[in-house]
Amino acid sequence: MNYRYLPTTPEDKAEMLSFLGIESVEELFADIPESVRFKGSLQIPAALSEPDTVRHFTKLARKNVDASEYAYFLGAGIYDHYIPSTVNHVISRSEFYTAYTPYQPEISQGELQAIFEFQTMICELSGMEVANSSMYDGATAFAEAANLAVGGASGKNVVVSKAVHPEAREILQVNAKGQGYEVIEVDCKGGVTDLAALESAVNENTAAVMVQYPNFFGAVEDLVSIEKIAHKQKGLFVVSSNPLALGVLQPPGAYNADIVVGEVQPLGIQMQLGGPSCGYFAVKEKLMRKIPGRIVGQTTDQEGKRGFVLTLQAREQHIRREKATSNICSNQALNALAASVAMSALGKTGVQEMARLNVQKTQYAIREIAKLADYSLVHHNPVFNEFVVKAPKAVAEVNRELLKRKIVGGYDLGCDYPELAGHMLLAVTEARTKEEIDALVQGLEEIGRG
Amino acid sequence: MGNNKEKELIFEMSKKGRVAYSLSECDVPEVALDSVFPAEYLRQTPAELPEVSELDLMRHYTELSNRNIGIDTTFYPLGSCTMKYNPKINEDVARYAGFAKIHPYQAEETLQGALQVLYDLQTELCEITGMDEVSLQPAAGAQGEWTALMMIRAYHESRGENRTQVIVPDTAHGTNPASVAVAGLETVTISSDDQGNVNLDELRKAVGPKTAALMLTNPSTLGLFEENIVEIAKIVHEAGGMLYYDGANTNAILGITRPGDMGFDVVHLNMHKTFTGPHGGGGPGAGPIGCKKELVPFLPRPKVVKDGETYRLDYDIPQSIGRVKAYYGNFGILLRTFVYIRANGPVGLRRVSEEAVLNANYMMRKLAPYYDLAYDRVCKHEFVLSGRRQKKLGVRTLDIAKRLLDFGYHPPTIYFPLIVDECMMIEPTETESKETMDKFIDVLIEIAKEVEENPAIVQEAPHTTVVSRLDEVTAARKPVLRYRKALQEQAALQEEGSKVNEGVNV
Repeated sequence: MNYRYLPTTPEDKAEMLSFLGIESVEELFADIPESVRFKGSLQIPAALSEPDTVRHFTKLARKNVDASEYAYFLGAGIYDHYIPSTVNHVISRSEFYTAYTPYQPEISQGELQAIFEFQTMICELSGMEVANSSMYDGATAFAEAANLAVGGASGKNVVVSKAVHPEAREILQVNAKGQGYEVIEVDCKGGVTDLAALESAVNENTAAVMVQYPNFFGAVEDLVSIEKIAHKQKGLFVVSSNPLALGVLQPPGAYNADIVVGEVQPLGIQMQLGGPSCGYFAVKEKLMRKIPGRIVGQTTDQEGKRGFVLTLQAREQHIRREKATSNICSNQALNALAASVAMSALGKTGVQEMARLNVQKTQYAIREIAKLADYSLVHHNPVFNEFVVKAPKAVAEVNRELLKRKIVGGYDLGCDYPELAGHMLLAVTEARTKEEIDALVQGLEEIGRG
Repeated sequence: MGNNKEKELIFEMSKKGRVAYSLSECDVPEVALDSVFPAEYLRQTPAELPEVSELDLMRHYTELSNRNIGIDTTFYPLGSCTMKYNPKINEDVARYAGFAKIHPYQAEETLQGALQVLYDLQTELCEITGMDEVSLQPAAGAQGEWTALMMIRAYHESRGENRTQVIVPDTAHGTNPASVAVAGLETVTISSDDQGNVNLDELRKAVGPKTAALMLTNPSTLGLFEENIVEIAKIVHEAGGMLYYDGANTNAILGITRPGDMGFDVVHLNMHKTFTGPHGGGGPGAGPIGCKKELVPFLPRPKVVKDGETYRLDYDIPQSIGRVKAYYGNFGILLRTFVYIRANGPVGLRRVSEEAVLNANYMMRKLAPYYDLAYDRVCKHEFVLSGRRQKKLGVRTLDIAKRLLDFGYHPPTIYFPLIVDECMMIEPTETESKETMDKFIDVLIEIAKEVEENPAIVQEAPHTTVVSRLDEVTAARKPVLRYRKALQEQAALQEEGSKVNEGVNV
């Protein structure tokens, strides 16, 4: 087998060993105690040639159902959207994807400027003043927002709506356990946060009130009322928001949110089994020095030319160690770049147009499904691109039948909300055609009857 | 590196009416938006995103890429970051529709190929690290650290023990103490001895009934193998603590020694270092963790399991710490690393580590006459020089790093680890040829001579980059973290005004 990533020839090796005055590479490992040396060969498959690699992984890829052949009505946090062709071309440039974190600004101006532009675009969409360079995903960004709000203080709690993504809430619980604060979950009523329950859950120890907008069921929350509840006691108002929806909806910044986080995947990032995606984290200026992760700032060089650097690093782990605002180091820079390219390509008009298409297609699907005798729409709130449907059969069964029609059906809400067993969350993005929506509706009808 | 002019922001290129997207016409009957949403929810002011043509967009990002360097551009000996070649086939495979266009919640029977990738990778990482089980969920090394610490905490709590202290050597990455804090535990720092090993006397004093774990990077961030590892494991285990392996430096040990065999109970791996996940300008990474059977019940959920010939996700882990990241980890990155492991097999992986270590020792000995060695002993995949000799001549390690930029190289990691004065940490990796290393060595020798003969040229470096040294102090004191159209226009107006005035004066 050839090892094309290993350039050292036997001759090179001999020269280097001779320079070092040793007989074999083994001598360089003499400091490893014999008792812990690994003997023999690792029990992993033998090396594959490049053609065999292609064959092997093509075969594995074909074992999956994917969105190049199937119409996806599955969302719940990850969506099949239009991705401009330019995105892949830009992120395939190796000056970007093979670079490290831009710690040497003179040779990293490209990455630094791209991040500065990303921060600006996120601020624009969310209506906030400051954004960081990215987080692992929307769900971890959500938990970091709670960590920021609590700020290590003892006896604090955060109040979270159950209409927030179940995985984000689960991650929040793990963070809360680590940091020693309490998570109080508030029930939903009719597919949105129960405001009365929310109000009674908030107390003087509440560090944050946290909701999702549009929420996990696709619905627009009453941010005006929630903001009042959040700010009545001195807690922070935290909103997790799909940035694409903000092409048509008022941004959380307009509702006086203190922290806005979310998942950037709908803007230019492939679904790829949910990762890597990209979280965003935006705040009011007063919280700027408490934000987790890397931030790029504008400055000048010795000749007065504009340039960009990583800044406010006194918050970060490599400087502050155990006193850092978060332990995050690696982030999702390349996906933030992908999102920047998508946001630039869509631009001011495209983001609005794409968001509107999501609304229109979703409204069409809602109208058509409402006509089906065996299905019912259980909530009646304004929604962005998702909605809840009560099915006459188990969701898994409905989805199995839809799959035969080359349709990937909705999310089974019974997995997370026992009271919603038999309910599916359907997502209709701009990527779905009328023909596909009609096929879904027809499929549902036949499955319901059958 | 392109030209030396300021590069305009994409917002500054924006012109109303230009687009770089193409969406299909709406093919369903439309309704008025204010019939869907109450008017107060409809966005009042559009987000000021740029308006550019597709060619404008490509030129913009191409120019930005020309103001950046990656591994494909030049030698990148950034210590502790393992900047090895990122194979292109990995990128191709990750873009196959069957991997890129799949949803985390589609039925397991429609994800058998992806689940097999995850399952096989878990299994092979167990073998490589000598651990009993692996979770691929953590998104990066730091998240892996925190996950493992939460598991250690849960383990001790399950035994009714209140252990809150985590011992961390002074050579550790900053993420170690930061992760300890996020896990609600307390860091106890111990020093290194004069050979760069953990100071055993201090360790013996530090351990006790409060000890939850010792976090150790081995080889350490000094590039040195912890010779007393067996004794260290014994001390920590006898005190009832767990031994944690920070896998940042795994590139030195593939097929040579395994954390599990050294006595470690839990390990995280930086797949974007040793296993060629591209660094992406700072991420995404992947930070799987592996552990011994005592910690298995506490692993994050779900995990990928195999029943007969079927792969599925198992959520039924009653003592699990829960979920640390949405879905199943950074699948796209994990997939790339799995392709890399397949391309190497057991023989290739062992050669990777042997040649990484050979290269590092070769460079270290070649440079030793010109720069001080922090520790004069065999190194592993990286080594640490000290610029203290040059500092006496008024030139700092930062200056040397900046001077390397003029020669087209990415500098080594500098000022880390913290315990070496004027530190310079060099990691060549195994994918660099002897010729590449020799050229770099010659340049570092030349710079050492410049320090003696013409220090100013080093002190004032870089001379050839698109920007010179940047004012980081002002950046932090008066932060400008985003572009604002209004402010820029105001500034432009003022400038125009002053020009008009100048005109009048003439």
